[in-house]
Amino acid sequence: MTPWTAHKYISLTEADRQHMLRTIGVPSVEDLFTDVPRSVRLLRALDLPPVPSDAELLRELRGLSERNGDADRFACFLGAGAYDHFIPSIVWHLAGRSEFYTAYTPYQAEIMQGELQAAYEYQSLLCALTGMEVSNASMYDGASATAEATVMARDLTHRDEVVVSSAVHPEYRQVVRTYTRHLGVEVRDLLHQRGVTPVEMARDLLSERTAALIVQQPNFFGGLEDMGRLAEAAHAVGALLVVAAADPVAYALLKPPGEWGADIVAGEGQPLGNHLNFGGPFLGMLATRQAFVRRMPGRLVGRTVDTQGRRGFVLTLQTREQHIRREHATSNICTNEALNALAAAIYMAALGRGGLRQVAEVCARRAHYAMGRLAQIPGFTPAFEGPTFHEFVLRCPRDPEEINGRLLDVGIVGGLALGRFYPDLGDSWLLCVTENRTREEIDRLARTLEAMR
Amino acid sequence: MYPDDLKYTKEHEWARLEGARVRVGITLFAAERLSDVVFIELPAQGAKVKQLQTFGVIESVKAVSDLYAPISGTVVEANPALAEHPELVNQDPYGQGWMLLIEPADSAELQGLLSVDDYRRLIGEPVN
Repeated sequence: MTPWTAHKYISLTEADRQHMLRTIGVPSVEDLFTDVPRSVRLLRALDLPPVPSDAELLRELRGLSERNGDADRFACFLGAGAYDHFIPSIVWHLAGRSEFYTAYTPYQAEIMQGELQAAYEYQSLLCALTGMEVSNASMYDGASATAEATVMARDLTHRDEVVVSSAVHPEYRQVVRTYTRHLGVEVRDLLHQRGVTPVEMARDLLSERTAALIVQQPNFFGGLEDMGRLAEAAHAVGALLVVAAADPVAYALLKPPGEWGADIVAGEGQPLGNHLNFGGPFLGMLATRQAFVRRMPGRLVGRTVDTQGRRGFVLTLQTREQHIRREHATSNICTNEALNALAAAIYMAALGRGGLRQVAEVCARRAHYAMGRLAQIPGFTPAFEGPTFHEFVLRCPRDPEEINGRLLDVGIVGGLALGRFYPDLGDSWLLCVTENRTREEIDRLARTLEAMR
Repeated sequence: MYPDDLKYTKEHEWARLEGARVRVGITLFAAERLSDVVFIELPAQGAKVKQLQTFGVIESVKAVSDLYAPISGTVVEANPALAEHPELVNQDPYGQGWMLLIEPADSAELQGLLSVDDYRRLIGEPVN
């Protein structure tokens, strides 16, 4: 056992330790470990370098962190499920307040009215954005929310098959398969055609067995789906339309899924006021129609009145949830991404309807400028023809992975090499242009590509 | 409040033979134990139910419970009034609070259910 040494970050003194040992009636700390077999214990001091000074330590850590590229220093043209939007200072200034910034999600109505009200506002704003009637208080991320929506559709329809467009984020599709693998749900792939979901082929695959048709809008390639006809095709056989969203900012500009007849909207809320966070924590969104609320997974905050008629907020319809309904619960999720949902609520409230629409418009305009500019470079051509939002696919004269490697050297994060998920799109490159990319950055990307030999 | 002409399950549902069909609900005992019923999920018309298998869910302000079919068969009708007025189950469990009308696969299955006296014994009520 290593001898006890005082440490500046551990307030315990030797006298404290002796006091605690006497209280519980154990002679030494060593005796607390007798249940752990000696064969698996490290019976020597840890082999660590000499203790650095605080200044030395900070210098070393700073050096390590500077080896990371980040979207503040690099021009980021990568989207594909994680989006570098501008985040107004107020978002994390408020979300970071100690009243909110806690280690766990607090639901006690008696003491957490502020938190619950924030969750209620998040739900309300998300409904306004997606055109749906009820939203839960958030889930883990876009992929798991899409999978939860799949299970929900199965429960609502009592059917055992789902049809998923291959223009849905490939990782969302993988998680859908993982979630449903042991539920007896068959996941059928609907292959995209020229970057969009083909309605006729959807009709062929949909049947009386189909619980849901799952599409993404805008889709993984940045393209816009024929939502009206896809909704019609799903509903014609009694299946639900599940719309996955990777960037809900798009709905500030496009007709939202609810207006197209979506039954469940699931997806990623990170683009709403949340940083890229190295890929997580992200923010799972799930919204549906009022009629389906009792089959909705996840926490739900409702508004009520107390015994004196004053407005208050509480968790509601908890009988759907695992701690009450056990194996009959709608899902095993018993938590949410409260802090990320809070940031999304502040972001939406800060921008308002007009501001959010402006963000979406600038995204679309810059992305369209970028596509036009890059398509002028010999060898680079748009892979698909249809309308796009802020992402688009280019065919490239050389391996997109190689292009990305060379762009990193000049401080540019390139797009996604689609060959990773779509073997037949090995020469294709998925680029994203948000309002955070300047015209200068787009031109610099174009010049760098032109100079590549 | 436990009618003589009904058959009962151990799960506190009742069954009443009406011509060739069987009407189904939950007993007063169950309704009182649940207290105020707020939501009932019933199968659609045409759905198949199996004796002593769950056919739906009943939710009160206190608990959520499964509903068990007293008899196997096909759902002819699920009480449409319960969607808007689940409280009918508390107010009139043997009348307006009925849940399903079933076309039985084999009405002899009713013989396996509890008589009113057996049911009263089950819930600790004095037997007449």
